[in-house]
Amino acid sequence: MLQRSGRMLGLALGVTGATAFVAGFGSAAVAEWKPRKPVEFVVMAGKGGGADKAVRLMQSIIAKEKLAAVPVVPVNKPGGSGAEALVYMKGKKGDDHTIMFTLNSFYTTPLRQKKLGIDVTKFTPVMRMAEDTFCLWVHSDRKDINNVDDFVKAAKAEGNKWIMAGTGKASEDNLLTDFLNTAYGLDMKYIPYKGGGKVAKELAGKNANSTVNNPSEQLGFYEAGKTKPIACFTDDRIGLFKDAPTFKELGKDFVYYMQRTVVGAPGMSDEAKAYYKDLFTKVFNSEAWQTYRKKKALQGDPLSGEDLMAYWKKERDVHEDMLKKMGELN
Amino acid sequence: MLEIFGLLAQGFTVALQPFNLMLIIVGCAVGLFIGAMPGLGSVNGVAILLPLTFLVPPEGAIIFLAAIYYGAMYGGAVSSIMLGIPGASTAVATTFDGRPLAKQGMADKALTIAAMASFVGGTISVILFTFFAPPLAHVALTFGAPEEFALMMLAFATFIGLGGDDLAKTIFSICIGLVLAAVGLDIMSGEPRLIFGDITGFLHGINFLVLAIGIYGIGEMLWTVEENAKAGGKSMLSEATLTWQRTKNNIKEFLGTWKISTMGAFLGYFVGIVPAAGATPGALLAYGIGKQMSKEPEKFGKGAVEGVAAPESANNAASTGSMLPMLTLGIPGSPTTAILLGGMVIWGLEPGPRLFTSNPDFVWGLIASLYAANLFALILNILFIPAFIWVLKLPFTILAPIILTLCLVGGYAPTKDMHDVWLMLLFGIVGYLMRKLDYPVAPAVLAIVLGPLAEPALRQSLLISSGDPSIFFTRTFAGPIMVVALILLFMPVLMLIYRRLRGGGKRKAPSESAAE
Repeated sequence: MLQRSGRMLGLALGVTGATAFVAGFGSAAVAEWKPRKPVEFVVMAGKGGGADKAVRLMQSIIAKEKLAAVPVVPVNKPGGSGAEALVYMKGKKGDDHTIMFTLNSFYTTPLRQKKLGIDVTKFTPVMRMAEDTFCLWVHSDRKDINNVDDFVKAAKAEGNKWIMAGTGKASEDNLLTDFLNTAYGLDMKYIPYKGGGKVAKELAGKNANSTVNNPSEQLGFYEAGKTKPIACFTDDRIGLFKDAPTFKELGKDFVYYMQRTVVGAPGMSDEAKAYYKDLFTKVFNSEAWQTYRKKKALQGDPLSGEDLMAYWKKERDVHEDMLKKMGELN
Repeated sequence: MLEIFGLLAQGFTVALQPFNLMLIIVGCAVGLFIGAMPGLGSVNGVAILLPLTFLVPPEGAIIFLAAIYYGAMYGGAVSSIMLGIPGASTAVATTFDGRPLAKQGMADKALTIAAMASFVGGTISVILFTFFAPPLAHVALTFGAPEEFALMMLAFATFIGLGGDDLAKTIFSICIGLVLAAVGLDIMSGEPRLIFGDITGFLHGINFLVLAIGIYGIGEMLWTVEENAKAGGKSMLSEATLTWQRTKNNIKEFLGTWKISTMGAFLGYFVGIVPAAGATPGALLAYGIGKQMSKEPEKFGKGAVEGVAAPESANNAASTGSMLPMLTLGIPGSPTTAILLGGMVIWGLEPGPRLFTSNPDFVWGLIASLYAANLFALILNILFIPAFIWVLKLPFTILAPIILTLCLVGGYAPTKDMHDVWLMLLFGIVGYLMRKLDYPVAPAVLAIVLGPLAEPALRQSLLISSGDPSIFFTRTFAGPIMVVALILLFMPVLMLIYRRLRGGGKRKAPSESAAE
């Protein structure tokens, strides 16, 4: 009864929302599977964050280019580092009208919170839309820091007074900080903040000594001459920052990306899977998405089906290993 | 200086194009409606309407959404005053005195004053925005965790330090709010906490609206039902009459609050600038300080006009202020600006330190449109007052089911989770009991808004300083704010000592003051 009334109300809201959308209700081809009601697009993070912005951009591309006959409605479920969204999706087993946009908490949250009973390989792989990159940043006023050696020297001198701002405990930023501490024998103090934008600001406002932001989060401050990248955790140098080497070049075999992937509910039908794969291929190839990728220095080819599943399994093992080293898992 | 006038004039040529002007008016009207509906605050309104903005160029899009944001700030006061349900978190403080005024048959006065104070707050803040955006952006940038915590302390202190209410009960109420605010994710450890075992609905924490609508909406309704039964079905939700004479008096009374309205505008603007704070703490703080400034602080909470003017002026000012970090730093100053920020990315703009020089048409068009939006929101709001009053003339038996429906939708909409609706009904009963037992509910609501902002700031500060609390006193901005906060916090004790010292010379202190 509870469930049911909830869904009814949701439907009612969805319908009112639908009238506000530009997408028309025409084109009812019968041959293949098509969504029959608004598609819920769950975001594993809060409103206004990087993942949320990407989802709203995709929503707008789908609406503007009339790629779907029904509206796609973003729903934010930020609770518990994505635990809320994962539990919600798990409960939507066999549902063809619910998809989710994920980050790397897709791996770390189920690993850290075993009692949630979430096996991410049970989810339906739809499409990897991009991989976000990470760089090590310091304030531009630190004229004494121009490469990783300088950075290590400066951070060593400060000991645990050196403040590294990041996005949360055991988050991507925390993993990278731990890597730097171990690899270079540092003792940087990690302070978690809410969201990458806030973290970037803490560096620009000199309330932190360094960060490991995504390029998109620091870009504004970088262009204003407030912050500078020292090195990046990528395979190749990032086009926007040609002068910043990769850690790989410097002999540290450490490459780290954050996935930006569309996931379907567990047990989604094959027809629906094919539909969403087609839909998000179109979104991926759209001009707006390509521009966004370029502007945000995003990498990663589109990946779907078995390939995406294999990527998940690989990444999950990598994260399990990293969390174990941090002492977050036993 | 001259350059700014030139840029502003250029902005007006963008904002006053007939099409953009129409967007401002439509946006204000939509915002007014969205703000007046409990639970459908500006965050949801802007998020829902975001996809519509691809049909117009970026200047038009931001003008439209900013007008909605603005209109919602005006509209939020409407349901706070008429129904006692804050339409959005930003309008909570408006219920404190707006509601009592409406109950005393002066809803028209509360509505007029809310609208005019909003106009004053909005206009002063836009002027501040026009002339001092870049230097203030620099201040906002240097605001770190210690400054944020000091600001939150100031907000708590204004409430506790006010005395008046039963101090023990006030502190108790704040503690309840803080515990509820702690439910959900601990961002410092990344672990869920206080989720009662495995109830996933608690993972996203307890939304402020769930508590506010529960306590004010449902609780108030239960209260009125009881009164209605006593009065034999005759009681009204609120009463008002509308005549020229009354309107003139209302305006005159508003002019009497100019000091407090201006204070609200400046305070709201500066609090709004601090990233992540937003309009809600700004309004609450302005209410507290307004009470301190007032000549008749004892009237606050019982229907003081100043108690409506202060928060309404501040929340509009803060909404302008929160656009500053959004435009200049690319960091949202409030949940609504977070969505606006997402919109700007979609429109192909890069918010950040260079936006002012790279897209002057966009920035100055927006600033100019805020002047216009203020004016239209005021006019629309005043024009709608008779309609609002008419709604109040409906008998309670018809209004009650409508309000209950609005409450239920309002509790469901933010998270789309039935768990929150049940929780809201539970809070409704708790709120009713708290009223019966004469506990102030406002401090609990204050705590659930400020708790999630204060806690991480406190823990981050202490992590940075390795546990040394002197970090709050040694920094340029944090130090003075913290000192003022502590003085306000201990005001009741200081006053008591002062009275003892003075009274001790003449005769023994009366026993009541010793009990305080």
